[in-house]
Amino acid sequence: MSRHARDDNVPLNADATSSRDLALEVENLRTVFHTEHEQIHAVDGISFNIRRGETVGLVGESGSGKSVTARSILGLIESPGEIDPASAIRFEGDNITEYTESEYESIRGDGIAMVFQDPLSTLNPVYTVGNQIKEALSLHQDLRGTAATERAIELLEEVGIPDAARRVTEYPHQFSGGMRQRAVIAMALACAPEVLICDEPTTALDVTIQAQIIDLLMDIQAERDLSILFITHDMGVIAEVADRVNVMYAGEIVESAPVEPLFAEPKHPYTRGLLRSIPSTQTSGDRLETIKGEVPTPNEPASSCRFAPRCPKSFEECSEVAPIPTAVGDDPDHDAACLLYPESMTTDEAVAHHRPADDGGEQ
Amino acid sequence: MSGESSGGSETSPEMRNISDSNSTANDDVLLSVRDLKTHYEERSLFGGDPVRAVDGVSFDVRRGETLGLVGESGCGKTTLGRTLVRLEEATDGNIVIDGDDITTLSGDALQRWRRDAQIVFQDPESSLNDRLTVGEIIREPLNVHNWKTPAERRQRVRNLLERVGLREEHYYRYPHQFSGGQRQRVGIARALAVEPDFVVLDEPVSALDVSVQAQILNLLMDLQEELDLTYLFIAHDLSVVRHICDRVAVMYLGKIMEFGPTEQLFQKPENPYTRSLLSAVPTPDPTVERDRTTLRGTPPSPRDPPNGCVFSTRCPAKIRPDGFEELSEHDWDAIEVFREVLRERSRTDPSLSERARELLGLETRLPDVEEAAGELFASRSFPSDVQEPIQQSIEAANDGNEEHAREIITAALGSVCDREAPSLLATGRTDSGRSSRCHRHKEEYADPDASGSDSPQS
Ligand code: SF4
Ligand code: SF4
Repeated sequence: MSRHARDDNVPLNADATSSRDLALEVENLRTVFHTEHEQIHAVDGISFNIRRGETVGLVGESGSGKSVTARSILGLIESPGEIDPASAIRFEGDNITEYTESEYESIRGDGIAMVFQDPLSTLNPVYTVGNQIKEALSLHQDLRGTAATERAIELLEEVGIPDAARRVTEYPHQFSGGMRQRAVIAMALACAPEVLICDEPTTALDVTIQAQIIDLLMDIQAERDLSILFITHDMGVIAEVADRVNVMYAGEIVESAPVEPLFAEPKHPYTRGLLRSIPSTQTSGDRLETIKGEVPTPNEPASSCRFAPRCPKSFEECSEVAPIPTAVGDDPDHDAACLLYPESMTTDEAVAHHRPADDGGEQ
Repeated sequence: MSGESSGGSETSPEMRNISDSNSTANDDVLLSVRDLKTHYEERSLFGGDPVRAVDGVSFDVRRGETLGLVGESGCGKTTLGRTLVRLEEATDGNIVIDGDDITTLSGDALQRWRRDAQIVFQDPESSLNDRLTVGEIIREPLNVHNWKTPAERRQRVRNLLERVGLREEHYYRYPHQFSGGQRQRVGIARALAVEPDFVVLDEPVSALDVSVQAQILNLLMDLQEELDLTYLFIAHDLSVVRHICDRVAVMYLGKIMEFGPTEQLFQKPENPYTRSLLSAVPTPDPTVERDRTTLRGTPPSPRDPPNGCVFSTRCPAKIRPDGFEELSEHDWDAIEVFREVLRERSRTDPSLSERARELLGLETRLPDVEEAAGELFASRSFPSDVQEPIQQSIEAANDGNEEHAREIITAALGSVCDREAPSLLATGRTDSGRSSRCHRHKEEYADPDASGSDSPQS
């Protein structure tokens, strides 16, 4: 069942990094949606971690499972979705997938906060921005009344909203898109979280406003030693913010690496294709390199490489064996899930390396 | 442009403006836009000023080119595109093609333009009628324009399907059975059905994943070559624009701020807004040193654009008035933010939010502008000729007269950027076809820091 976990269930904290340096650990996370006709394996056995004070990127196209990953971490998966009980998400020593709703409530905000793409999904239109921040303050910091109002104003100032004393009395619709996202960040900070999950926080914003919000997030991170999971489809944004990057495709992490080797020497054919289809990496006017076809829906357990139908390098075994994350390149943190690796092996040896030891162990 | 020798030596570029330099130079002009304005009347209960979505733009579109129109949301680029294909009515100005003014066409002539000019929308989700089959959708414009016989129409749709990379059997499918990329192919086939010359592409790939986006861009480039199409390509994604456009117009708050051949404009932007915009784009290369001027604030409302240069409220190169040499950039920034606070305050209708708060039983006292000013100016000590107008302005604002408060600051601390709207001036070498809207291009205001600074993108 858990053959996608590295090294046969050796816990990740046996790695070089001791678990005390890890702010969040995701191990073999599977989130399945049961629909009438099929099961969607939206997140299909992914493992990654975030070290303290670090920004980890999760990048992928629509349908890759990156947002479901975020919602899984925050305990926001509702029926017909379900997190496989064998999954683990460790935060402060606990496996939070086992939490009850009220236990989750206590870490949501306090421990792990989230900034969504659309600030209006977080802000309630009928309450002032100030009242919403104060609500969070009373919930998580036990601040009320004038003290809470003052703290709310400070938070708005901290996120760069001028005339905060006035703004705190205004409603979300009186804020511009960028200002709303700042207000949402202020709300997240009201809870003094350790981990901030940012799900496409700048995608709906104009590029000059995006730059402001990225600057703001990076400043806040430095000041508060926050650990950030930054989810986006934009490779440019990832290059700018992330220390390490996980590339998702159809529910799986197909490549993970520190940001520089990932861009300098992408190893997985999907990552390569993705980078080459960005216009700014190509000569103007030329035809762009494309990845043929479209992103599939992972509606079956992985018994092959999900990228095989679109992969320019695919060969026969790609449709028979599901590749596992394998060390590639010089950096010890650089993994790719592709049958072409390890490069030092012949193709047959490499395929054997990926083939599950006891075939039929799958449920 | 070779025939043109008059006027603009580099020392007096203000002699020429965009409309002259463009129209004389190229007889391959498909359409000429002159002083075009599209304003919307306020439809809300409260009356108020019209939205000046497009506010006096002039440019030519050359036959066979891809002209890019870039800018942030609210800059008017989409309204401009829609005005060109007569989905919006112009308020003023003309759009001339073969001697006809499109803004005043009616009857048969308008029908003809509606056939010759087509538009592809951003969102393939909502722009296709989900109750029609794909074949019916593509066929619709053929029916509207009474194109040939029904049998020929059917055949044409089949050809189009194939041409845009779909299959014949897709004829009987419905849009919701398609992916975003396939739907955009349908949108393109529909736009091309009646053999237009001119196609407005309104953010045609913004809603698509990168890998799919590349396929659609390639398709658009192929079709243009094959069918001799002229494109107006509207986008906010600058890397896409750089890749596909021959020339680019950069818009801000209803005006064209800079115009020129794509590669030159990206490599050496002349206008402060273009420079800020380009430097804000994240590059997919983590080793690039980021040398960014992050712009402060948000664009002002197109209902109430600044009096002088539309970019003056955020411009990092803004000209400062003489006599305040002791003020630092941070001091000026604080003053600009203060002005923004005043502008925001005069924008929000106090009676309305007041009433809402009363209804909800919340406190109604508005905090004095003094609090904001205190926060902004806390660590600064200004000379009296700065301190005094700020104090007067604060008092005016406390009396509820934000408008007057703004005027006091502008009168005392404003510059040419606050008072005069710059015109679009030819820049670069005489024949470069470039122009930019900024006082800095006049010799007296030349910015020593900015000259020759290349974009970090190049
Ligand atoms: S496993 Fe095969 S199909 Fe999958 S990415 Fe590698 S080469 Fe391509
Ligand atoms: S005219 Fe003034 S405010 Fe406008 S772009 Fe030029 S320097 Fe900036």
